[in-house]
Amino acid sequence: MDMLQAVFVAPFASMWDNPQFLVEVVLGGLLAGVMYSLVALGFVLIFKASSVFNFAQGTMVLFAALTFVGLIERGLPVIAAFGAAAAVMVLLAFAIERVMLRPLVNQEPIILFMATIGLAFFLDGFGQLVWGGDVHPLDIGIPKAPLILGGVLVNEFDLVAAAVAGSLVAALAVFFQRTAIGRALRAVADDHQAAQSVGIPLRSIWVIVWSVAGFVGLVAGIMWGSKLGVQFSISLVALKALPVLMLGGFTSVPGAIVGGLIVGVGEKVAEVFWGPAFGGAIEDWFAYVLALAFLLVRPQGLFGERIIERV
Amino acid sequence: MLYREVGQFKTTYASDEAIFPIRQDRWLIVAALAVAYLAIPALGSEYWLLTIMIPFLVFALAALGLNLLTGYAGQVSLGTGGFMAVGAFATYKLTTAFPGINIVVILILAGFVTALVGVLFGFPSLRIKGFYLAVATLAAQFFLIWMFNKFPWFYNYSASGVISAPPRAVFGQVYVTGAEADPRVKYLFVLTVVAVLALVAKNLVRGRIGRSWMAIRDMDIAAELIGIRPLPTKLLAFAVSSFYCGIAGAMWAFIYTSAVEATAFEIDRSFQILFMVIIGGLGSILGSFLGAAFIVLLPIFLLNAPRMVGLDIPVNLVTNLQSMIFGALIIFFLIAEPRGLARLWQIGKEKLRLWPFPH
Repeated sequence: MDMLQAVFVAPFASMWDNPQFLVEVVLGGLLAGVMYSLVALGFVLIFKASSVFNFAQGTMVLFAALTFVGLIERGLPVIAAFGAAAAVMVLLAFAIERVMLRPLVNQEPIILFMATIGLAFFLDGFGQLVWGGDVHPLDIGIPKAPLILGGVLVNEFDLVAAAVAGSLVAALAVFFQRTAIGRALRAVADDHQAAQSVGIPLRSIWVIVWSVAGFVGLVAGIMWGSKLGVQFSISLVALKALPVLMLGGFTSVPGAIVGGLIVGVGEKVAEVFWGPAFGGAIEDWFAYVLALAFLLVRPQGLFGERIIERV
Repeated sequence: MLYREVGQFKTTYASDEAIFPIRQDRWLIVAALAVAYLAIPALGSEYWLLTIMIPFLVFALAALGLNLLTGYAGQVSLGTGGFMAVGAFATYKLTTAFPGINIVVILILAGFVTALVGVLFGFPSLRIKGFYLAVATLAAQFFLIWMFNKFPWFYNYSASGVISAPPRAVFGQVYVTGAEADPRVKYLFVLTVVAVLALVAKNLVRGRIGRSWMAIRDMDIAAELIGIRPLPTKLLAFAVSSFYCGIAGAMWAFIYTSAVEATAFEIDRSFQILFMVIIGGLGSILGSFLGAAFIVLLPIFLLNAPRMVGLDIPVNLVTNLQSMIFGALIIFFLIAEPRGLARLWQIGKEKLRLWPFPH
């Protein structure tokens, strides 16, 4: 009876009592969700263009951030380090295409998935070998002071993160919709064979899309690194990006954003209001269960392409 | 020359249905069992048995379980670690609640408990497919581990949260669990369990059940059209797979580490076992063993290789290099033979049949 009370009555009662606190929690969740979306975006880009479920995305985020922070520690100015790290990610994309993707063309998705897990192991070792495995603090001047907006407490850093994510998505949208390369990318995503038959070179498309994912990873890495310090646990954020993908659908960029927001809000609200009923720390699994519940209603995610099955 | 089935005629239905229809294969399996049962316990040191052979066998059993689900029934699962934890904790709860019941019975009961949990988390598989399902099984992984950490009932309100496995005997004074038991006895017990379950799995996959799993794996709509009911078939795959993983988890906690703790079954464990299945070969019983051997032995080798050749490299450098080489080898293996080590073995056998004549 106490359990039922704690699950079905108490959370709503405390929401009702203190609506301002609820708004704060929801806002905090939204902004945390933006950070998840940043990581999930990289997954979606690669999955759309090459149907590869890139498990190494989290490690790419870590690797990019490590490179960035390592270059800064060696005295490069922030802009130069950013450019250099982006260049490294492009090089990495070339290497991945040449060494890993090309020999594995036309293999089953699960084989490619496994190969990206191998890649994750490799990059993990490589990044920490080159740049060292300890926590690197990263401060590129993003303000972190708490702010009162209309009586609601928010963190300035989260607002910056939201702005960065927003402009990144806008830039990606322009890139995809308005440029020739973007059009080619969309064509490949729609139908590999048809795209190839009108003369779109698949290989360079893959390099581009992995580079873009690497760049998105770099941005995500910088944001997460400024928040937590650049350290190994950043690559685990990718695990949180998975329920975001499930919710939004693996093939949808807006899905990654909306999914991230839903997961962020759901997680925070559940932890704050329902956590006590279950003894706390339900953040670990709540996102997955939420995504699972969504999938039971819509198996392709919120914005995923409808799955049509034929014999 | 050595490996050829020429002159081996099948004159009865029984011989036609034999598990190993070729005589050389039968000798090979008898030889392998003889080495496993006689040579290894006699020659292997305590260290070898405890740190290499027992984890290898436990991993092989878990990989076998996952292979039934992923390799045969086509349902990708990342919840293996969670199911292993269920097996471990079910064994612990059962054997502390009923100390009088034989540990073998307890293990089987724990397997059934895990099967039940597996079925529960297998329900979404009817609607969710492919990678969506893989990510959905992560829900099982995280939820189960959280549950075992959170509720003291599961570890009998022990203050530290880490519990040592109580000693239990198979019969008389032959103890197989706990830290004090003789490594040889432990090894033989694990070997027997794994051998029996592998035999069961081998028979399962070549019968009606295995064929319906494979039909579902290859194309579930077509399978449905020819009269295979997807829900019972998929749920059975989840149940059997979880049964195996549960027993593997119980043996991990009770025989290998002698400590029941949820942290041993984190998400890394699930990935490790998925690796074994894919490196070894999806849809192959032998592959589960080969994959487990590869994944268990390779890190040990990589860790010790620099010392063997006399190089003295700092430990954190070694672990980073180890992870790099491990990742590179996985990619290399997938490029060289995407269908795993078991497929290499099969190709080798085909070559042997023709040898020494090329055609």
